Amino acid sequence: MLIAVVSGFVFSLAVPLLHRTVRNVTDWLVVLLPFSLFIYFSFLTQPIAAGGVLSSSHAWAPSVGVNLSFVLDGLSLLFAILISGIGALVFLYSSGYFKGHSGLGRFYAYLLIFMASMLGLVLSDNVIALFIFWELTSLSSYLLIGFDHERSSARSAARQALLVTSVGGLALLAGLLLLGEAGGSFELSQLLREREAIRSHRFYVPIVVLIMVAAFTKSAQFPFHFWLPNAMEAPAPVSTYLHSATMVKAGIYLLARLSPVLGGARIWQGTIVVVGAITMLIGACLAIKETDIKRILAYSTVSILGVLTFLLGLGTRAAVEAAVAYLFIHALYKAGLFLVAGIIDHETGIRDVTRLSGLARIMPVTALAAAVAGLSMAGLPPLFGFIGKELLYTATLQAPLANSILTAAVLLTSALLVAVAGIVSLGPFIGRTMTLSEKHGGVPLTMTAGPVVLAGLGLLIGLLPNLVAGRIVSSAVGAVLAQPAAIKLALLHGLTVQLGLSGLTFALGVTAYLRRDALRRAVSRFDLGTALGPAKGYSLTLDGMTALARLQTRILQSGHLHIYLFIILAVTVGLVGSWLVRYYGLMRLEGWADIRFYEFLTALVIVAATIVIVRASSRLFSVVALGVVGYSMGIIYIIFGAPDLAMTQFSIDTLTVILLLLVLYRLPRYARYSTTLERLRDAAIALAVGVLVTGLTLAATAVPPISQISSYFAENSYLLAKGRNVVNVILVDFRAFDTLGEITVLAVAAIGVYSLMKLRGNGSDG
Amino acid sequence: MTSLILSTATTYLLPLLLLLSVYLLLHGHDVPGGGFVGGVVAAAAFALYAIAHGVEEARRVLHTHPRTLIGLGLLTALLSGVIAFVSNEPFLKGLWTTVTLPVEWKLGTPTLFDVGVYLVVVGVTLMIIFSVAED
Repeated sequence: MLIAVVSGFVFSLAVPLLHRTVRNVTDWLVVLLPFSLFIYFSFLTQPIAAGGVLSSSHAWAPSVGVNLSFVLDGLSLLFAILISGIGALVFLYSSGYFKGHSGLGRFYAYLLIFMASMLGLVLSDNVIALFIFWELTSLSSYLLIGFDHERSSARSAARQALLVTSVGGLALLAGLLLLGEAGGSFELSQLLREREAIRSHRFYVPIVVLIMVAAFTKSAQFPFHFWLPNAMEAPAPVSTYLHSATMVKAGIYLLARLSPVLGGARIWQGTIVVVGAITMLIGACLAIKETDIKRILAYSTVSILGVLTFLLGLGTRAAVEAAVAYLFIHALYKAGLFLVAGIIDHETGIRDVTRLSGLARIMPVTALAAAVAGLSMAGLPPLFGFIGKELLYTATLQAPLANSILTAAVLLTSALLVAVAGIVSLGPFIGRTMTLSEKHGGVPLTMTAGPVVLAGLGLLIGLLPNLVAGRIVSSAVGAVLAQPAAIKLALLHGLTVQLGLSGLTFALGVTAYLRRDALRRAVSRFDLGTALGPAKGYSLTLDGMTALARLQTRILQSGHLHIYLFIILAVTVGLVGSWLVRYYGLMRLEGWADIRFYEFLTALVIVAATIVIVRASSRLFSVVALGVVGYSMGIIYIIFGAPDLAMTQFSIDTLTVILLLLVLYRLPRYARYSTTLERLRDAAIALAVGVLVTGLTLAATAVPPISQISSYFAENSYLLAKGRNVVNVILVDFRAFDTLGEITVLAVAAIGVYSLMKLRGNGSDG
Repeated sequence: MTSLILSTATTYLLPLLLLLSVYLLLHGHDVPGGGFVGGVVAAAAFALYAIAHGVEEARRVLHTHPRTLIGLGLLTALLSGVIAFVSNEPFLKGLWTTVTLPVEWKLGTPTLFDVGVYLVVVGVTLMIIFSVAED
């Protein structure tokens, strides 16, 4: 399973290069990877359905309990199949959608990173690894929404999605750390066994709140729903893949995954039901209001995500069955409809549903696929969507309390979604044929394949539901309930209440569709979203933070290097110095007699050279004297047996002198710029720093070392790390992680210097 | 800045200094030296060459842009950690093997890590020096 996750990351590194060299082959290679993963996971349905669980574990940072451990159970498998299967279709679609686009290699790379992270997320058993993959999906979503980075609306939508989901990401990390603390492990399989202890733990409420914030931001639940419609700035393949089929369901996945551990309490079930119900109603209403086909679909996705959340909150067996089936159904039809929306946009350049009509004659295959997907969305037999709707009503009718209110809410939502299905999948294709400005050459096969396959599957599963009932749905439900479940799905159950409700839904939906313009006006009139909604709150927060940053910058950042140095040094002397005096009092210097002649001489040279630096009449003198100071320091290192330090000191000093010589003749005339008073102040602070460092050194050498770390290094350097040079062994082996961080900082600093030197004066405000 | 002595000297000094830097790099594990010092020495060699022959010429001798070295170095250091990782050991754990060339030579992932440090240091230093000198 490690290979299944890592292959995407590795491949994403190679793809931009491949795309530049062997363009045509790359299009097929990127489809091949998700497709082979899809085949692999499909073959695993049999053993998983038989009750097996596949797991593998690789040590990552075992000392802190972080491992790359993967577990494949029913729930993970359902997601893995969706991720890889829809992934394959989306990659295929992208090759047609972006034909001839120069950034296609980069696009493939981002999409592969996303696919791999999403697979990692649903397969991880270790919650910290899960968190890392979770953040990686947010990051790749950011890159993909902002793919067309030259448009400012794409950039701000990308930033909004990133900020909202990363608030959730931080909450998730905190929640998972607390969970690990409460359960004594970071492995989900372990936590499941500790559920009693976790539920009675004092961290239980904070854990629940934090996890819910994470899930609600990721899955665009109220009041965080606003980022998803804005994310429609992304190209159609991205909206299909991330923002309908997979990533936005990560929050649902998290709730489902953790409900055996955290579920059962009123705070968990109650909050999730209420938030889910609000989200599904708001989403459906806002979907009616929009006219942009992608935003309509986005709001209907928000609504369905609300339904899923709501069902998980109910938590009964029937509700979980409905949630799992609905998740599957929604992925099929919504991905199909998004791909169709992309085709319409790609071919006509229009996304406004009020201006689209009669496209069925221009793109008949697409129209057929859209119609079938739309019927599934509307929940008509014999499609998979109908089965889902029946399950949904079963769940609300059997709800432990307030079942009539819940059923009414679901009825209203579903009826609105029937109207939405009509608006997006029927409206653009019927009526008077549009005249397209450009000559139309037919939709490429790569692009129609996706919608056709997805719509076809919706129909096939509707007719033969037990293709997936036993193999996929049962094991997923079993994983959420943490007990085996055997589910039979059937298209028709005879004359039941559910059937009646479905009929009513459809009748209401059709009425709403026919009076859609009046409905749109009515919803717009009651729209408070733009004036008072959470989106407004988001922009206010963002503006507030920018204003605050500007204010404090104006106060603290004068722009004079001189003043910065003064503040930093004065604060250091004040804080460290007062502490030093408090703990050690005033130190007496002893042992003057131990100083040997050449030590004294070297020190004298340093002091003399320092005076020359300060008093020199030309800059060249100062530079040379600075070199003298550096080399004398090197000599001191040699005297005290630190050849490594001495060598580094020598070479660094040589470089410094070279660097100074390079800039020397570019600097302004060497003259006095400051008043005597300022010079005295600077001298005082310089002296204070000198005294402080001396004091610190004395204090550090006066106390006996608390830890035995240096002797450990000295003793084990050769035994464990096969090196006789302890300094080097510490750098590249014992403390290699630190060194890795340091060289990364070094690289970043170099980029900073480079951009300061090269890009100076090009920007408007630096 | 054209000085015949300096330019003739650096032509011979450059390979010698580079040899010294590689020596420092490879022997750093047992005697004083290592990737950092080695990298600084190599960078100083190129800087000297740039002073004597001009930055254009130094860039030509280097063959590649310093930023490529930085990226390559970071990747190398990362790779040395990943090697341990794929052998089911913690990230960055040192793994050693002995290669018997004419002389016996121990080879390990820390050496590779040090090579990464070396490349980053050379790249960073030269990127700064070249851009300062060209400006």
